[in-house]
Amino acid sequence: MDFGFSTIDTRVIEIDKFDTKILKYVLQHEKSMLVCMSCGGCTATCSAGNLTDFNVRRMQIMLRRGEVEKLQTEINKCMLCGKCMLVCPRGVNLRNVAMLIKKALVNYKDL
Amino acid sequence: MKFEDYFYIPFLLGAVYLFGVVIFRFVKWFIGLSKIDKIRVRKNFFTKKTLDSIWESVREGLLHFKMFKVNRLLGYMHMSLAFGWFLLIIVGHFEASSYFGTMFYPFQKSIFFRYYVTENADFPGHTFYAWAMELLLMFVLSGVFLAYFKRFSSKSFGMKKTTRMRYGDHIALTALWLIFPLRFLCETFSAGVYANGSPFFNAVGEWFHGFLPLEIMLKPFWLAYSIDLGIFFVAMPYTRYMHIPAEINLIFLRNWGVQLKERRVNTFTLAEVYSCSRCGVCIDACQLNLAGIKNSQSVYVLKNIRNKTLSDEVLFNCLLCGKCQEVCPVGIDVNRLRITQRIETTKQYNSSYDYLKTSVAKKADTIYFAGCMTHLTPAIKKAMLKIFNAAGENLWFMDENKAPCCGRPLMLAGQFDAAEKLIANNQKQILDSGAKTLIVSCPICYKVFREDYMMPDVEVRHHSEYILDLIKSGKIKLKHSDKKAVYHDPCELGRGSGIYEEPREVIKDVMTLLPMAQEREKAQCCGGSLANMKISMQERDVLASKVMEEFSQYDPDYVVTACPLCKKTFAKTNTLQVKDLAEIVVENMEIK
Repeated sequence: MDFGFSTIDTRVIEIDKFDTKILKYVLQHEKSMLVCMSCGGCTATCSAGNLTDFNVRRMQIMLRRGEVEKLQTEINKCMLCGKCMLVCPRGVNLRNVAMLIKKALVNYKDL
Repeated sequence: MKFEDYFYIPFLLGAVYLFGVVIFRFVKWFIGLSKIDKIRVRKNFFTKKTLDSIWESVREGLLHFKMFKVNRLLGYMHMSLAFGWFLLIIVGHFEASSYFGTMFYPFQKSIFFRYYVTENADFPGHTFYAWAMELLLMFVLSGVFLAYFKRFSSKSFGMKKTTRMRYGDHIALTALWLIFPLRFLCETFSAGVYANGSPFFNAVGEWFHGFLPLEIMLKPFWLAYSIDLGIFFVAMPYTRYMHIPAEINLIFLRNWGVQLKERRVNTFTLAEVYSCSRCGVCIDACQLNLAGIKNSQSVYVLKNIRNKTLSDEVLFNCLLCGKCQEVCPVGIDVNRLRITQRIETTKQYNSSYDYLKTSVAKKADTIYFAGCMTHLTPAIKKAMLKIFNAAGENLWFMDENKAPCCGRPLMLAGQFDAAEKLIANNQKQILDSGAKTLIVSCPICYKVFREDYMMPDVEVRHHSEYILDLIKSGKIKLKHSDKKAVYHDPCELGRGSGIYEEPREVIKDVMTLLPMAQEREKAQCCGGSLANMKISMQERDVLASKVMEEFSQYDPDYVVTACPLCKKTFAKTNTLQVKDLAEIVVENMEIK
C-alpha cells in the first residue's frame, strides 16, 4: 500500500532489531549503568568532549541501540580521565563502562 | 632387605624430586629473562651485590626481620621454623661428620642420626651435639605449636584475616605440622630404648617406655617420619611452600638488578609470583576490606596469576594505593605486577587519538597544568592562580580552556599504548613553549609528568614543592593562624612519588599540624583512586567516610590534602572541612 510517504533506510530505528549483545555484556558487568537518567553531566564535563565532538550521552544511545560501528569510532575518543564518573549524580561507574565497551567490541564475535 | 636400608627412601625420593623441580624452575625462569636482565646478572654476579643477597637471604629467609616488624609473635614463629630447621640441618651435619670422622658419609645418616647411632658413642663433642640438637628441636617445636595456635586464633598474631587455602596447601600444611612432632617422638623413643640422647631426651624416653612398647613402635615411627618428609617435599613445589626456595631466588635476582618491566612481561613475573608465601599481611593492610571487597587483595592476585585464573573483576578491583606493597615481607612489587597484568589484558583495544592536534604553544618560563581533577575543584585552581600572581610568574596556563589528559588514568587502566599518544602530544606542547618549570597541582599528573615524559630540561614540580620554594625565597609572606589541621597523604604523591615532607612544612607555616597514627608510608587512601575500575561509588563513599572518622579523632579544623581528587572524594562525606594546600596558603597570604 502506498501512502505517499517514503523512509530513508539509514534513519530507520527498529526497536525489535536492536543488537543488544554489547549492552547486555556491559550491564552484566557494571550494574550501575542501569540508574543513568541521561542528565548529560558527564558530557558537559568531558575532557575529550572539549577537544572533539565526543559525547558520552550519545555513546549511551548508541550502546542501547547496538550501533556497533559508530560506537567503535566514538569510544576510542575517550581518554579515561574519570571526570564523568566524578560529576555523575547517580554514581555510574563510567570509566568501567567505557573499558567494558572497548573489551566487548574486541570480543564481539564471542559474545 | 633390612629396615635401615630402605626406610629413608621416601625421604630421599621426596628430596631428589623437590630439588629437581626447583632447579628446573629456576633455570626456566632465568632463561625467560630479557637479554638486558641476563647481562645485569652476569655483570653483578661477582660483586658485593651477591654478598648482600646472601645476607638478605639470611635476614629475611631465615631470621624474618620484616615479619618481626609486623608482629613479634608472627616473627618468632617464622624464625623458629626457618632458622631452627636450618640450624638442625647444619648442626646435624657437623654431629654426623664428627661421629663418622669424615665429611663424606651417606647423606641420610645425618637426617636420621639417632636411628643409626644407637650406642652412646663416644665421639668428640657428643654431649654438646646431643644437647644442641635437642634444644634446637624444641625451638622449632615451639614455632610449630605457635602455628597450630595461629590457625585457631590469628588475631593474637596481629592478623585480622588470613588467606584461604587450596586443597594441596592442606596436604603440605599437615605434613609440615607433623614433621617436627614426629621427629620428637622418634628421637625420644630411640632415647627410651637405647639411651642415646642427652639426659633430657633419655628421661622423656624412659617415661614413654613406662607405658608404651617402644621396641615395636620404633620402626613404624621412623618410617612415618621419613614418609612425612617425603610428602612435604613432593607437595612443596605445588603449594605456597614453594615460596621458600623462590624467595631466595627473588632476593638474588632483585639485588642483581633484575626488575619487572611494565611493558615487557617475562619470567620475572613468575619468580615474583612463586615467592608469595600467602602470609596474608597484605590483606590486613588493604582498605577494600572495609567496603566488603574480599577477593581482590594482592595475595589473591598473585595466587590467581600462578593458577592462571585471574579475572578482570579481581585484577581491576584495586586502588593501587600501595599500602600492601609497603608491608609485604617478601618485598614483591605488587603494584607493578598488577599493572603488567592490566596491560596484558587490555592491549587489544588501545585508542589512537587521531583527533589530537598540536595547538600553538605560548612562550613562557613556567607552565601550569591544572589537570582534569583540578578543573573539577575550581577553588584549587583559583588559589593557584593567586599564588602565581603573587609570585610574579611569567606563566602559561596550559590547560586553561582545553587540553588532553596527562595519560596517567589510562596507564592505571593498563592502556599504555594509548597513554603514549597523549603523552607525545602534551610533551610537544611543553617543549615548544620553552618553559623551564612545569607546575602541577594534581599528584596523578605529577607522577606521569615526572616518570613517563621525556623532558630532561623541564623541571616538574608539584604545587607543594613550588609553594615551599616561594615561602623559602620570601616571594610570598604567610601569617600563622590558630587553626589546627591534619594532613592526608595522597597515594600518588606519598607512596607513589615519595613526597611527604614538603606539604607538611607548608602547613606548619600557616597552622598547627596534628600528628596522626597512620600517616606517611602508612597513610590511608581516600578511596577515590582512579586505578580502581570496578569499585562502586557507594563503596568509595564507605572508604572515604572511614578515613574521615579516623581524622575526626584528632579534632582538626581542617583536613588538608594536596590532591584535588582526594579533596573531592572527602568533601562528599560532609563531615570535616577539606582544603587543598593551595587554598590554606592563599587564605593566610599577606597581600603586598
